Amino acid sequence: MRFSFFLREALRGLRRSSAPALAALLTVVITALVLGVFIPIVQATTGTANEVRNRVVVDVYLTDTATEADRTEVQRSLEGTPGVKSVDYISKDEALRELGHKVNDAQDKIELLGTNPLPSLFRVTPEDPDELKAIVAQIAPGGNPRLEAIDEVQNRESDTGKILSATGLVKGLGAVMAGLLVLASIALVANTIRLSVFARRREIEVMKLVGATNWFIRWPFVIEGVIVGFMGGVLSVLLLALAKTTVVDPLSDRFELLAAPDTIDFPVLIVLLLFACVAVSAIGSGITLRRFLRV
Amino acid sequence: MVRLMASAPTQAQTDRARPRATRPDIPVVEFRDVTKVYDGGSVGLERATLKIGRGEFVFLVGPTGCGKSTCIRLLMKELEPSKGEIDIAGKTLGRIPRSRVPYLRRNIGTVFQDYKLLPNRTVYDNVAYSLQVIGETRQEIRRKVPDILRMVGLSTKLHSLPDELSGGEQQRVSIARAFVNHPPLLLADEPTGNLDPETSIGIMQLIYRINRTGTTVIVATHDKEMVDKMRRRVVELREGRIVRDEQSGLYRPDESTTEFAIRLRGELGVGVEGHPN
Ligand SMILES: Nc1ncnc2c1ncn2[C@@H]1O[C@H](COP(=O)(O)OP(=O)(O)OP(=O)(O)O)[C@@H](O)[C@H]1O
Ligand SMILES: [Mg+2]
Repeated sequence: MRFSFFLREALRGLRRSSAPALAALLTVVITALVLGVFIPIVQATTGTANEVRNRVVVDVYLTDTATEADRTEVQRSLEGTPGVKSVDYISKDEALRELGHKVNDAQDKIELLGTNPLPSLFRVTPEDPDELKAIVAQIAPGGNPRLEAIDEVQNRESDTGKILSATGLVKGLGAVMAGLLVLASIALVANTIRLSVFARRREIEVMKLVGATNWFIRWPFVIEGVIVGFMGGVLSVLLLALAKTTVVDPLSDRFELLAAPDTIDFPVLIVLLLFACVAVSAIGSGITLRRFLRV
Repeated sequence: MVRLMASAPTQAQTDRARPRATRPDIPVVEFRDVTKVYDGGSVGLERATLKIGRGEFVFLVGPTGCGKSTCIRLLMKELEPSKGEIDIAGKTLGRIPRSRVPYLRRNIGTVFQDYKLLPNRTVYDNVAYSLQVIGETRQEIRRKVPDILRMVGLSTKLHSLPDELSGGEQQRVSIARAFVNHPPLLLADEPTGNLDPETSIGIMQLIYRINRTGTTVIVATHDKEMVDKMRRRVVELREGRIVRDEQSGLYRPDESTTEFAIRLRGELGVGVEGHPN
């Protein structure tokens, strides 16, 4: 009885003040659309930045005299170092082949030398790129490797520094913009709702007069908020889906950013947006009422 | 209709809805040295002490700004006294927490000059709302609302909206709403303030009938004719002070003098029981 009563009251409220309700609906749709477009963009950007960051590695070169046993010991020691995600062995031959990709006719030049001068090495990928320095310090405290079989530890310091600060900036900016956008959306929706509640403050006053409790008055408004939020969410998701299938998908073959692997899945985005619309709208309605419920 | 006119047996029936205020020795309303000073510094009520017993019919009279509405709003706990205490049925309002105020108001019917109906709701829905608030079942609501609307003479206007009604009819709806729960106390702030004399009489008769069922009634009014005709208890306020409290009094203190003489005396400040202000 109670819920059906509140639902009926909510529907009555929507019917009676359809203009403010429509305004709230439009606000929800627009902000959800902006968020729906912006979230994947931010994600793609930070995804790309993360990918770049993952290229930050430490190369641990072995001495030419290192035996098989030395190699195993170094590998075990590297793998045991905290903060290390993976350790890849690159033999002399593989190092040569890698060089061949980068330098033209490297093969010919090496042949002139008679032997392969490239040392074998371990490529160490850190768990978190920002921990790189700490890992280097563990392997070779003060620049001196702890194990004799290690010739040199290289982390191409200046490159690493640049990559880290540039990608850090991109990620930070993305996060700040996303945060601002979410705040702006909440403020916009809350404001629209406040207008619609304000238009009915006399009604609320009368309800208090006859002894309605705050929640008795609030529930219909919250349900109204849920309905408006849900309808707005569904509408914006439909529009987004339309845009995705007609514009983005055909283009994603050609542009890597659009097909960035880290971008949020569309279904997840839909659920997230719907949930956010309903929550903001419902909570917004409930909270803006508070001012009018005193007395 | 008949139910309200009759006396003893039906009164017991309405008593069911009011657990408190039934003990005759406890006044329904008691002001103990109540002062209300508004934020701006204007005095709404000053050191008012007053007892109103169960089933009484009291007029609050006095010139504009004397504090009548302040009294009504204090009783609804819309305002807090600056000093002193107010009891309703032995309960001190100052000790009722904010969250319990709705439950207090369910025991107080209110009628205002501007009706305060829910716009956009039919007559039926307006009255039904105060039953829905207390969680009445739909069957009960369907039974009670037409009953009470018949009593106020609006059984043909069930589905009209407030702005389709005359002022008098709107006031009848608000009275029906105030009384549908059979509250032990009914407050009316200038219930006839916007109505012509003839309509006013009908409204006042309705309020009187409610009083006859045992409900305590307090009416703040400017309506001299009405007060003089009804001959009930009159409490007169002036600048926030109670200056007169008479059983079966008149709007102005001395009935034997002519209108002119009353006004003259009032202006000279002698007509008010040793409280010339
Ligand atoms: N909300 C308020 N803020 C400040 N002062 C107020 C407020 N309400 C009333 N007053 C002041 O308190 C005094 C008493 O006002 P009140 O409304 O009780 O008078 P009243 O007897 O109902 O007058 P009327 O017959 O005109 O309705 C007046 O001087 C008024 O100016
Ligand atoms: Mg007044």
